[in-house]
Amino acid sequence: MSEPMAQSNERRRPDRAALFVAVGLLALAALVAWDASRLGAGGAYARVGPQTIPFAIAICLGGLSIWTVFAAFRHDFPQRARQEWAPVLWIVGGLLAQIALIKFTGFSIATGVLFAMTARGLGRVSLPLALLSGILISALIWFVFGRLLQLTLPVGPIEQLIVQGAELIAAPFKSAPGSAV
Amino acid sequence: MDTFGLLLQGLAVAAQPINLLYALIGVTLGTAVGVLPGIGPATTVALLLPVTYKLDPAGSLIMFAGIYYGGMYGGSTTSILLNTPGESASIVTALEGNKMAKAGRGGPALATAAIGSFVAGLIATIALAFLAPWVVKLALAFGPREYFALMVLAFVTVSAAFGDSALRGLTSLFIGLTLGIVGIDLQTGQARMNFGVPDLLDGIEITTLAVAMFAIGETLYVAAQGKRTPETVEPVRGSLWMSAKDWARSWKPWLRGTVIGFPIGAMPAGGAEIGTFFSYAAEKKLSKHPEEFGKGAIEGVAGPEAANNASAAGTLVPLLTLGLPTSATAAIMLAGFQQYGLQPGPLLFTSNPQLVWGLIASLLIANLMLLVLNLPLIGLWVRLLTIPKPWLYAGILLFATLGTMGANPSLVELGMLLVFGLMGFGMRVFGFPIAPVVVGLILGPMAEQQLRRALAISQGDVTVLVASPISATLLAIAVLALIVPLLLRAWGRGRILSEVAADND
Repeated sequence: MSEPMAQSNERRRPDRAALFVAVGLLALAALVAWDASRLGAGGAYARVGPQTIPFAIAICLGGLSIWTVFAAFRHDFPQRARQEWAPVLWIVGGLLAQIALIKFTGFSIATGVLFAMTARGLGRVSLPLALLSGILISALIWFVFGRLLQLTLPVGPIEQLIVQGAELIAAPFKSAPGSAV
Repeated sequence: MDTFGLLLQGLAVAAQPINLLYALIGVTLGTAVGVLPGIGPATTVALLLPVTYKLDPAGSLIMFAGIYYGGMYGGSTTSILLNTPGESASIVTALEGNKMAKAGRGGPALATAAIGSFVAGLIATIALAFLAPWVVKLALAFGPREYFALMVLAFVTVSAAFGDSALRGLTSLFIGLTLGIVGIDLQTGQARMNFGVPDLLDGIEITTLAVAMFAIGETLYVAAQGKRTPETVEPVRGSLWMSAKDWARSWKPWLRGTVIGFPIGAMPAGGAEIGTFFSYAAEKKLSKHPEEFGKGAIEGVAGPEAANNASAAGTLVPLLTLGLPTSATAAIMLAGFQQYGLQPGPLLFTSNPQLVWGLIASLLIANLMLLVLNLPLIGLWVRLLTIPKPWLYAGILLFATLGTMGANPSLVELGMLLVFGLMGFGMRVFGFPIAPVVVGLILGPMAEQQLRRALAISQGDVTVLVASPISATLLAIAVLALIVPLLLRAWGRGRILSEVAADND
């Protein structure tokens, strides 16, 4: 499992990133235990209350953290290829932009931005083209899922335009049965 | 009524035009996501859960099962033509299938995969129909402690028994269990791990977690690898049809694959991929042409493809009869049942036989549809492989956020999607498996309920857990499934286990 390393002094050093994982697990264990410690017991007779399982999980997480430390020293973690961060930042930025925008601009624009930034993260695409196609696809999807399948999706200027447009088109059909009576 | 009569009744339900339509939508979507890399059946069902909320339960469950079966078919296409498995159960298919495609025998490889999947799906679905009533009878004798023991066994097999590291599998599982604590405790009404955030009182949505971990985590991971792997789609050259010799070499592996795959799926032993590895090993051993293995032996495609479809049907046995999911897709299908207030288990067979038998019967129909969809229309699916990566993943993220907003239109939900997506990315980089997190989240709270019920009955006496022969046996098997692989790895025999890694779906 542990690949032989190029340099012998690197071999003696523990796997730093794996140690971070161990610290993270320990922190999670502490968090779970702290949260469980403020829970009341389930009743006088119940020896097993809402806090029992969280404590058990916290203990196991602590054990796994120690085990991970050993694994870090033995280099039991698979070697990691170098990750490219720029594409990841584009995509995470896209998701953050969607969260920030969606209340103000509605579903289509916010999701269009996410679409464009994700596409940009994965390859060389023209941003304006990606943005335009993203907004158009999102608007179409909003109509299908938001209007026809009645999901609650955030409304913005584009969505209002679609609704008004749809009403304009539907208006003559709606008045027709009324006048026929 | 006997099984046969119930199955016929189920066929009547499944043959209703609207249910046929749902099955057709399901298998078409399933094939598409099986073909596409980066999105598997688990993600697709998770994305569709909120969308189908207002539809009829039988119809949407038929659709979900169609997606599951379709994903198993579609995955083979990607493996054979692209050498990149579309989902984890098709990794083995890529070994021989891609070699066959490179040698200009892609057509027979696709055909043996599709027909093998059909044969296996048919036999395994009938086996499911006949086995289910027996398991239901057995399950009626189960009390809380037996259910708890069964869930412990499922935890161990999903996380620690297979794969290349028990440590990382267990860590994933406990992360899932930790996420499962979040929300209101059902017995005392106290809020746990919500840190004052009201949105967390309902717990963490399984759909949000699955979509984030699978779709967003995978997208980030693919993006972070840069342009390292140039991919070439092998064109399908020559005849699609199998020669008489291909048939002669395929039919036994199909049947053996079915026999190997079904029980592995039916036992709480993880996803469909495990059976495919065993089947491949068996075919390699039994083949009259062992020299062809590694260079494109048709047995190496026929066996594993049959095994993975048989496993998919097998997974439905514990899901329908015990309410026990043993793969990520099954876990999300369980969430699908719960969305309609249905709890799979022995009771469902008596309270809602129309639905259960309709679902089982629809699998037979879905199987037939898949054969038609996959053989003559193969060219259409191959086209999907040529969608450029940026547009493909941008589309996946669009649908991922749509599904999450559809389930719960709140910014906290979108924030969780991002956080868990980053977590899924990090876990992929470090080689942590994803499926145990999803199974832990849905099964953890259920196991806790059963444990607390069992201990409430015994007034806190823990020995009650091993006092019944059934639960004692199950717990003993769980302990063995934890310790034996650890010893095997310590003795340097772990390679076979890491080859049998249960990965995504």
